[in-house]
Amino acid sequence: MHVGLHHYLFVSFMLFSLGLLGVIMRRNLLVIYMSLELMLNAANLALVAFSRFNNKLDGQVLVFFIITVAAAEVAVGLALIVALYRKRQSAHVEDLTSMKL
Amino acid sequence: MKYEYLPWLILFLPLLSVAVITLFTLRSKTVSSLISIGAVATGFVMTLLFINANGFQFSGELPCNWLSIGEAPGGLQIDFGLKLDALSMMMLLVVTGVGGAIHIYSFGYMHEDRSRARFFAFMSLFTFSMLGIVLANNFLMMFIFWELVGVSSYLLIGFWFEKPSAGDAAKKAFITNRLGDFGFLAGILMVWGLLGSLNFGVLQTSLAANTVTLGASATLAGLLVFCGAMGKSAQFPLHVWLPDAMEGPTPVSALIHAATMVAAGVYMLCRIFFLLNADALHAIAYIGGFTALLAALMAVQQNDIKRIIAYSTLSQLGYMVMTVGLNGPTPAMFHLTTHAFFKALLFLGAGSVIIGMHHEQDIWQMGNLRKKMPVTFLTFTIGTLALCGVPPFSGFYSKDAILAQALKQNNHLLFGVGVFVAALTTFYTFRLFFVVFFGKEKSKAAAHAHESPLVMTLPLIALAAFAFAGGFIGIMNNYGSQFVAGHEQLSMAQQASEPFKNIFPMVCGLGAVAVGLLLAFSLYKNADTDPLPAKLGGLATAMKNKFYFDELYEATFIRAHDFIAEVADWMDRWILEGAIIGTIRGGTDLGGRALRLAQTGNLQTYAFLFVLGVALVLYFVLGK
Repeated sequence: MHVGLHHYLFVSFMLFSLGLLGVIMRRNLLVIYMSLELMLNAANLALVAFSRFNNKLDGQVLVFFIITVAAAEVAVGLALIVALYRKRQSAHVEDLTSMKL
Repeated sequence: MKYEYLPWLILFLPLLSVAVITLFTLRSKTVSSLISIGAVATGFVMTLLFINANGFQFSGELPCNWLSIGEAPGGLQIDFGLKLDALSMMMLLVVTGVGGAIHIYSFGYMHEDRSRARFFAFMSLFTFSMLGIVLANNFLMMFIFWELVGVSSYLLIGFWFEKPSAGDAAKKAFITNRLGDFGFLAGILMVWGLLGSLNFGVLQTSLAANTVTLGASATLAGLLVFCGAMGKSAQFPLHVWLPDAMEGPTPVSALIHAATMVAAGVYMLCRIFFLLNADALHAIAYIGGFTALLAALMAVQQNDIKRIIAYSTLSQLGYMVMTVGLNGPTPAMFHLTTHAFFKALLFLGAGSVIIGMHHEQDIWQMGNLRKKMPVTFLTFTIGTLALCGVPPFSGFYSKDAILAQALKQNNHLLFGVGVFVAALTTFYTFRLFFVVFFGKEKSKAAAHAHESPLVMTLPLIALAAFAFAGGFIGIMNNYGSQFVAGHEQLSMAQQASEPFKNIFPMVCGLGAVAVGLLLAFSLYKNADTDPLPAKLGGLATAMKNKFYFDELYEATFIRAHDFIAEVADWMDRWILEGAIIGTIRGGTDLGGRALRLAQTGNLQTYAFLFVLGVALVLYFVLGK
């Protein structure tokens, strides 16, 4: 079977949808966070696929950027989650409905 | 015309004085009073200079275009211009001369007052407004200054605003005047509509061209304009404000309610005399005559020294208005001028008595003041004699001219009213005179009364000189040259013997004086209380209560007005506020409450909505 662009994009779409569902449905902040990473990686996969099939390297350069930014984001986000947990003794979204701590 | 800049200076000096006092010298009372006195005194000197250079027998205008709307024929052209003729020159002399004497007197009278600077600023403002009325060469300018006079009189009557009665009196004066001014404004608009101009000179020439065609609408316009005079000159039925206005300081009463503001109405009628046709004049004459009679009757039973003089002023103003209506602007202005002298003198004399009595105004608390206050007594005597019309005092000549005019017009009813009012005038004036200055002291304050300082008695003496000699110093000549074509100029001796040309009115007038004097003498020579109420019964009570006009107005107009105000209040409260504003406010509130339900604070709801939004955008961008 020949694997074409469509297949890659389909996998990317599935990954993105799974991530989105996770963000919307799950309650634990950590899991939501992981789902967010999944969505980012879905985007990465799509970019790499486009890059490969169009014979251009721009997409792959963008992927490096995304990986770097995601790493920085994880560092900040995890620190926030830890701080929130210390304050509230909970990492569930239902407990975090107000702007004030 | 020589010295054309002088009239402008005369007009604007008092305004400058107001500006300087209010901006810079409010803290220094003496400087403020001197500035104000200086402004009006300089005005007087300048008026003399101007008359000296130009004489009385000229007529000129100093126009200066102010507003022009549309093109010349049909459009509205309004000047800010000065009308200079014998009429305005004489009034300038009265306003700056008598006004100057009153300003100087106020320096003494208001000496103890804390806010003297404010007082003098208001006095200057009033002088400015009054000069504006006198000098205006068109209706609109006159109306503006007319209103300014209303405002400054409001400020002056309510000068002692800590007293509720003074505040009420000021409001009453202002609102009553507004009623008249409404008619005045309507009259001005009507004149413009009929004749297409507001300039007095232009109106006079254009009216001379088409008197016949206007007819009834000219009568209506004249009567509407007369409404303004009715308010300012306190004619029936708008006379109620003047006696209450005595709440102001006495110099204010002298300036506003004797010499100038109340004279403005009569002056205006004479200025626009060409506009009044026979029907309008007829109505004016009877309103004036009725006011003269009514006010004289009210004056008979008043006990407040200033109120007696105030009712006397009303009555004399009625005289003047009646005379204008009897086709005699010359005698009316003559009486206005002499009245300004002797009535200002009487008011200032009353002020001197009030100060001497330590602010006691009830005449039945006074008595025997002639020994304690000789100068006041002497000058007051001259004022009294002039008001009653005893020869050779000025009032005799002007009153005689009025009676002669009534007879000349064959109006026997108004002639009778005039003679009767003359008798009443003598009666109530001498009632006041005997009770205050003769008999025995009726209170401790009267026993300890003292003469006023020189700064107050000097103006009295100056005014007394004019109250004495006003009849034969050429006043009639000057007015006559304005109103009567080919008026002959009389020498002083001819003026002094003028009444003898018409023996009958003179004899009637003198007879009236004699009757009034005898009655007053027999009743009040040594009276401790008023013997009249016992003799007249209910009539005296009615006189004392001003024939219940205040109560009548209270029960009708003010009640009706309150009712309308209540309806308006209900509309405002329930229709505007409740229904309309309430619906808008409630709707907004409800919308806010509904939208607030969407703001749960749940992160995942937001994320879900966000995704929905993105999906929607994508659908619209890509899907189509």
